[in-house]
Amino acid sequence: MSAAIPEAENFTQGAVQAPAPAAAASGETFARLLDLHAADRGARPAWRHKDRGVWQTWTWAETRREARAMASGLAALGVKRGDCISIIGFNRPRLYWAVMAAHALGATPAPVYADAVADELAFVCAHAGARFAVVQDQEQVDKLLAVADQLPELRGIIYDEPRGLRDYDHGRLHALDQVMARGRERLAAQGVGGEAWLDAEIAAGRGADLSVILYTSGTTGRSKGVMISHERAVAAARSTCQFDRLDEREEVLAYLPLAWVGDHYLTFAQAMVAGFCVCCPESADTVTEDLREIGPTYYFAPPRVLESLLTRITIRMQDAGRFKQWLYRRCIAVARRHGEAILEGRPTPVAGRLAYALGEALIYGPLKNTLGFSKIRVAYTAGEAIGPELFSWYRSLGINLKQLYGQTEAFLFVTAQPDGRARPDTVGPPAPGVDLRIADDGEVQFRSPGMFTGYFREDDKTREAMTPDGWVKTGDAGFFTSDGDLKIIDRAKDVGRLAGGALFAPKYIENRLKFYPNIKEVVAFGDGRADVACFVNIDLTAVAAWAERNNVVYASYQELAAHPQVAELLRQDIVAANAALAQEEAMAPSQVRRFIILHKELDPDDGELTRTQKVRRGFIAERYAPLVRALYDGSAEADITTEVTFEDGRKGQLSARLRVHDLGGGQARAASRPAQANRGLS
Amino acid sequence: MNSQTMSNQIIGGPGLFSRRDDSMAKGEPLLTVENVSLRFGGVRAISDVSFDIRKGEVRAIIGPNGAGKTSMLNVINGFYHPQEGRISFRGQTRRRMRPSHAAAQGISRTFQNVALFKGMSTLDNIMAGRTLHMKRGFFWQLWRHGPALDEEIRHRRVVEEIIDFLEIEAVRKTPVGKLPYGLQKRVELGRALAMEPDLLLLDEPMAGMNLEEKEDMCRFILDVNNAFGVTIALIEHDMGVVMDLSDRVVVLEYGRKIADGAPDEVKASQAVIDAYLGVAH
Repeated sequence: MSAAIPEAENFTQGAVQAPAPAAAASGETFARLLDLHAADRGARPAWRHKDRGVWQTWTWAETRREARAMASGLAALGVKRGDCISIIGFNRPRLYWAVMAAHALGATPAPVYADAVADELAFVCAHAGARFAVVQDQEQVDKLLAVADQLPELRGIIYDEPRGLRDYDHGRLHALDQVMARGRERLAAQGVGGEAWLDAEIAAGRGADLSVILYTSGTTGRSKGVMISHERAVAAARSTCQFDRLDEREEVLAYLPLAWVGDHYLTFAQAMVAGFCVCCPESADTVTEDLREIGPTYYFAPPRVLESLLTRITIRMQDAGRFKQWLYRRCIAVARRHGEAILEGRPTPVAGRLAYALGEALIYGPLKNTLGFSKIRVAYTAGEAIGPELFSWYRSLGINLKQLYGQTEAFLFVTAQPDGRARPDTVGPPAPGVDLRIADDGEVQFRSPGMFTGYFREDDKTREAMTPDGWVKTGDAGFFTSDGDLKIIDRAKDVGRLAGGALFAPKYIENRLKFYPNIKEVVAFGDGRADVACFVNIDLTAVAAWAERNNVVYASYQELAAHPQVAELLRQDIVAANAALAQEEAMAPSQVRRFIILHKELDPDDGELTRTQKVRRGFIAERYAPLVRALYDGSAEADITTEVTFEDGRKGQLSARLRVHDLGGGQARAASRPAQANRGLS
Repeated sequence: MNSQTMSNQIIGGPGLFSRRDDSMAKGEPLLTVENVSLRFGGVRAISDVSFDIRKGEVRAIIGPNGAGKTSMLNVINGFYHPQEGRISFRGQTRRRMRPSHAAAQGISRTFQNVALFKGMSTLDNIMAGRTLHMKRGFFWQLWRHGPALDEEIRHRRVVEEIIDFLEIEAVRKTPVGKLPYGLQKRVELGRALAMEPDLLLLDEPMAGMNLEEKEDMCRFILDVNNAFGVTIALIEHDMGVVMDLSDRVVVLEYGRKIADGAPDEVKASQAVIDAYLGVAH
């Protein structure tokens, strides 16, 4: 797959001679950036993929050659300027190259979540009017074929991995290998599909052309296609690369969903601007191991990934010997005291520095090495609020973890924390070039370099999302702190009031609880109610490890979740979280009074979470209405029957009788209903 | 050696099943069993059974408990020696054969109870399946240098292809004893595949699996048959699986053959229904 070096140099020279200046007049496009990188840093690594147990590397020159072969091959199938191409699969270099190939031809890629069920896939592909789909494997082909009748515009499906597809009807199916082979032949010849023709196609691209349609995850309903233009995407990526001083020496791991703005921004747009190397893991199951092998210098992880890493470390430390446990606790205590100060260059006592250096040698260094975090220069987390303890824990180890606040509509960055000014409770000042304001009703609004050009085929929704004077409404409620940082409270429409008039911000409470390793997911209720109650999902990894140590026998998730000792375990966590909430003036009334441990994990396949794993509060409240009633009517038990969707799309019924656990303490109701409170505790 | 040349070495060269001898056309009998009888002392495990396995097909052997299915597989791969009858593989007839000869000729198998090296990693277990293809002697292997290293890289490549095929990358370095049962079964299939067999014998590949694991295994078996053209003989109790997977089915009862044919024919056969449901005598 890798090129002989002389050939690569030929290409480099060819690119140098290409008429670049004329093209620059019509704005920047990713296709022209690819040519530039192949010329400037043709021999530097651009993409890596672990395949057959070995990391394989493509240089920028090779990447350009592969993308061009794909472009010419796709053109032979009939891809034209202005077409939309769906891209579906796990992070694979070839799928990113398909994005580059589409750009070369002036077509628009529309990545789709690989784990979307067939109906979601049909909706997105049909809405985008995709004429072609480049997909990873049989699984995606099967899904597309299953909904083929809803996709009249789909003319061709191009698949990367041929396995299992040999006996399929190849009328509309094409193997990517063959498409690229055809492309190479055409490139070698003159005329349409040749090198000169493709150069002209690239030169014809304008900065105002669409570079990508990103479908939102649909937290609040049907997903919408966010249109991002080339020049805005490049401008946004360039400003943030400068902000964090990212250059061609960075290495990143591409492991987040291809269709998510974060992945497209961090591993495609920024890589195409800064010219750094992107590494694709072997499979979704090997990400942790691959992360360790690559040791990225620039890293992004949603809070839940950081959370699950910490949970794993905690569990493994519990299995360590007593001396190691003691050492770990001591070193972490030192890090907690001095780590963040040292990271931010604040004055630190000499004794503290010495202790921290010892901790680095004994614990932090090896720990970061195990996690693959040794080389990290800049790390971001975003997507939802992060627990303050969790955030500080990573920073205290010397990892430059920062928060950003972003949206698909902004092409990610709205605010970002500069080095040395990362706080757990704010998301930082506006990112470079971003204008930010707070509307009268508390909603955050912005104008940014990467701002979207509208929702695809939905002008009315575009108008809804914008103010008349051209600012984008985020739908998030927030305010500026005294030093100019933005603080997000919650989704504007989720923030409510308790019956007593106190502020109720469900996400804030949920994040507080989720910091405890035993708790995976929380859904808090309380708007218009006397006090706060919640649903809890146990974290199977953590609770199973606890069960093993304590000889608790169980056969299934459901049984473990219903175990009385597990309930006691979670009760202690929630009591501790309540104590923390009680410290905060605004949040003290939001302490959790009652809770139910759910019998099943909340799952995107059942519509309970979005594909980016955010809780769909309204849907859950409706689906589990009997349980919500039980939380507030004082009953000790409640029955629930829900429909579950299996991985293969079939549906089944799951029913359970769940206990309602009462923590007491709600002044008014503790007095009025002591009997129930006691029953709940027994 | 930089990563680039390393990957070139790994990627270049012949792939899995590339050296396959395709002198035989699809549909010709690959293995024929003629009038085979097997006795243990006074117990007749198999009496006078004849059938054939054609190249490229998925052949199922079914029957109630104790019908002689596993004995039949043991006869085919030379673990048991029948007192009567003949077995021909690729046109060559034999009377007595050791399992190692069967392996060398291109017959590999998996077992009803997983028979892996529990303390060894997935990778090493599958690598063990390549032993027959290793040519370098003890001396070179000892130094792990020069020709022996080249050879190991070549074999590792094939093993990595299998790991990729069976989607077990994440457990490559995990000792198999720690893996869940369904994955162990998959590793065992991997080891059998590593021999690049012409005929693959699967003894209850789906026993003890849940629905999802079964569906995965079915897909792997079909893919092995489809992508590599490996002929498969399998014993299985899940009738749904048998009827979906196999091209032809042979039914044994008390060591005798009572039916042989396409799944639908066998399903309709009165003798088979009686054997499974029991009949009033």
